Amino acid sequence: MSFYVHIPFCTVRCGYCDFNTYTAKELGSGASQASYAATVSQEISFARQVMDKSGLPHREIETVFFGGGTPTLLPASDLVSVLARINSEFGLKPGAEVTTEANPDSVTRESLQELKDGGFTRVSFGMQSAVPHVLAVLERTHDPKGVPQVVRWAREVGLQVSVDLIYGTPGESLEDWRTSVEAALSYEPDHISAYALIIEEGTKLAAQIRRGQVPNIDDDDHAEKYQLADEMFAAAGFRWYEVSNWAKGEGHACRHNVAYWQGGDWWGAGPGAHSHVGGLRWWNVKHPSAYQQRIDGGISPGHGREFPDAEAVKLERTMLLTRLGSGMPIAELDEHGRRAVAGLIADELIEPQSAFAGTIVLTQRGRLLADLVVRELLDF
Amino acid sequence: MSPLARTAQVPAATDPSLIRNFCIIAHIDHGKSTLADRMLQSTGVVSARDMKAQYLDRMDIERERGITIKSQAVRMPWEVDGVTYALNMIDTPGHVDFTYEVSRSLAACEGAVLLVDAAQGIEAQTLANLYLAIESDLNIIPVLNKIDLPNAQPEKYAEELANLIGCDPDDVLKVSGKTGQGVEALLDEVIKQLPPPVGVADAPARAMIFDSVYDTYRGVVTYVRVVDGMLRPRERVQMMSTGSTHELLEIGVSAPNPVPSKGLGVGEVGYLITGVKDVRQSKVGDTVTNSLKPAAESLGGYEDPKPMVFSGLYPMDGTDYPALRDALDKLQLNDAALVYEPETSVALGFGFRVGFLGLLHLEITRERLEAEFNLDLISTAPNVVYEVMGEDKQLTTVTNPSEFPEGKILEVHEPLVSATILAPSEFIGSVMELCQGRRGTLRGMDYLSEERVEMRYTLPLAEIVFDFFDHLKSRTRGYASLDWKADGSQVADLVKVDILLQGEQVDAFSAITHRDKAYSYGVMMTGKLRELIPRQQFEVPIQAAIGSRIIARESIRAIRKDVLAKCYGGDISRKRKLLEKQKAGKKRMKMVGRVEVPQEAFIAALSTGEEKKK
Repeated sequence: MSFYVHIPFCTVRCGYCDFNTYTAKELGSGASQASYAATVSQEISFARQVMDKSGLPHREIETVFFGGGTPTLLPASDLVSVLARINSEFGLKPGAEVTTEANPDSVTRESLQELKDGGFTRVSFGMQSAVPHVLAVLERTHDPKGVPQVVRWAREVGLQVSVDLIYGTPGESLEDWRTSVEAALSYEPDHISAYALIIEEGTKLAAQIRRGQVPNIDDDDHAEKYQLADEMFAAAGFRWYEVSNWAKGEGHACRHNVAYWQGGDWWGAGPGAHSHVGGLRWWNVKHPSAYQQRIDGGISPGHGREFPDAEAVKLERTMLLTRLGSGMPIAELDEHGRRAVAGLIADELIEPQSAFAGTIVLTQRGRLLADLVVRELLDF
Repeated sequence: MSPLARTAQVPAATDPSLIRNFCIIAHIDHGKSTLADRMLQSTGVVSARDMKAQYLDRMDIERERGITIKSQAVRMPWEVDGVTYALNMIDTPGHVDFTYEVSRSLAACEGAVLLVDAAQGIEAQTLANLYLAIESDLNIIPVLNKIDLPNAQPEKYAEELANLIGCDPDDVLKVSGKTGQGVEALLDEVIKQLPPPVGVADAPARAMIFDSVYDTYRGVVTYVRVVDGMLRPRERVQMMSTGSTHELLEIGVSAPNPVPSKGLGVGEVGYLITGVKDVRQSKVGDTVTNSLKPAAESLGGYEDPKPMVFSGLYPMDGTDYPALRDALDKLQLNDAALVYEPETSVALGFGFRVGFLGLLHLEITRERLEAEFNLDLISTAPNVVYEVMGEDKQLTTVTNPSEFPEGKILEVHEPLVSATILAPSEFIGSVMELCQGRRGTLRGMDYLSEERVEMRYTLPLAEIVFDFFDHLKSRTRGYASLDWKADGSQVADLVKVDILLQGEQVDAFSAITHRDKAYSYGVMMTGKLRELIPRQQFEVPIQAAIGSRIIARESIRAIRKDVLAKCYGGDISRKRKLLEKQKAGKKRMKMVGRVEVPQEAFIAALSTGEEKKK
């Protein structure tokens, strides 16, 4: 079982971001960063009670992920205390993976050391780009020159390191992207995530594009940049294990995220966090104030829930497992899906050898057309 | 003068001298139906209360479009100088597609009311029907309608009408169907000016069919004009073109509801019911006679309806094919001009090749299939009938581009029409340019007045079936009117252009065009398909070809990315719902080889002309 802990705070909101996060100004009264660790810890204790009552067998925690927002806006001691609560309520399994996301300019060598000492094993830096004008469009405020330094510190204190990149930002040239990929590789992380920029409704960037102030993004440009990155990562010894994730050697894949894709159980704590336990999906109230009121009142922060039926589960498994380098067993496909396999090989969307061995594994072209593959496998 | 007749003449016992048979010739919106309604009211056969707006136009589509497709006949009493007469008003179809039906309606009359909008003047369609009426030796009563309109110019148009038919402008009657002004005087004039019908009362019966309508409850109702002799109920009658005999179950007149009578005598107009279920057994133009005492000769003038324009009709949903067949069968009961046969298209599946009298006939039929039978249809671009001579010197009739012979072609014959265009004289240049661009030959030009000109052209039918009228209208700010009739054929340099998707021919997009226009058709169609067909995972070349020679090409670039970059815990439900939505909303696709073509692309690509019309 896994734990996700949402930290809904940022110093500024980036132009492309639609995550459930709040600046001090947006937050208003009724919720505070200072008491947040205590509040979310209460949900963890509540989770333990619920799990005990559910009749599900008790399981130790194999992975924990602190995401946001900007988790490192909280003092390292707060993050460590929340992790300690997970450990005391559920027990961390030996060798558990514990990751936090971090903004490059919100960590110090000391805070990273404190995280490491408190049980964290992994840090994921939101680098996004090494090119100032690209960062400016994204409204990222960190200084790209600081990134190599924080990566070095993290390595020195013994944390595994991942960096996140975004490609396809309006105004980013292919050369800009190459520069960012080269920079990321030069910091020698263990893991790299690279995401195509998604223009989410309601963001400032979406409005700028709608008004014509910023050029729109382009799928063909995204495809080209994906291919470039995939080839550069591979040349540097990184292996893709999910559509947007590459790890250096065995053992550096993010086990927490792999659990999501393999249909694992996790409890998501914090406002807006999603959970998946025993086939049930639910999600918490979004606003930190509402969340805190629920927790203070001893009421579940759950806001909505769904129990996907067999058809939905089949769709979820297909769309998630095919994203993975480990692939999807052909045995799980129905007759129509199995009949589609030969065509997918012919269209160079899946690896022939893997298919012969009974698994659907996407080729590079197939990763770029993963949704098309899913539709073929599910016949729509 | 008392407008309302005190007694009506009894059918089967009316002296021909007391009968007047007339029709109204008018352009679509010049107020024919309103005037007809007003006559029904003035003669007392329909009370104002029962008056359904435009009583004579029975079909919904006709009412929606404000045009008359099928004629009906109404018997009305009218008294002049103390004598009661029987007036038979025969309504005529008002559209170019139905010229033959018009000619039969005219042949049932001795006179015609030429009705012209006092604000607009005469239109080409009216002119065409007027010529038909004059050729049939009908007496013409010129009438200007809508004189109540503020922009009416009765003096100007009375002059125009007088010039046309050679009468005095003062003889032109002025009425308003809307207010009733002048309508009673017009009825008086019909009696005074028109001659009574003439026939031989004791000769074998001869009656001409001028309309034939299928009624769900009564079977086919046949409208006739008796020329000689008498038809009586329970007699056996014979259709002279086919020799088939039927029992006369009922005979009567429309007043305007059917009223059975003891028969119909010389000069009378009425209906027959024989129990047949299919209008093709009771053909417009045919002669009805008594089967025991048959006439030696028919009345002449009978022609089989000849389809001029063909189009493929396909159900959007392949499972609707049987429903489409049933619907066509039903429509055919009431439409002797509708012909069809099964056809298979690689791209569109099972459907029918359907022949029509013209474009309006096509549109009306399609609309009726969709509205009355609830079918969703794709129709292919309409084409005319070609005669193609291959190397074997055999002529092949081609009603569908797919029948165009392969290999070397010696000659292609295409149908011609003679067209009459009326337009304000300031647009002469623009109209000529259009007609020349459509391979037209100017045959003559006359000024109807200083401002209006009549141009006569010979044009290939294929050049006017698609969007000619729209262009004509737009070039003349809506003022031009058009009439045409078939006029032989010519040899022309015609080729078949095929459209290929990834090397696969899409039969629905093949077209027969003049060689000079093949390239522009190819460019237009390939360009359009490039916009309409979504990107696929491979590049899709779109080519236009004459035989094996490629004349235009486009390509749809392969789609390169179709994946959501991020999919973590909270994204899973969202992404699944996105896919579920795609699945539910998945558009119906037709596979052309490996290319998925949405139905919408076929429809949009095939409906060139229609978009502009709306």
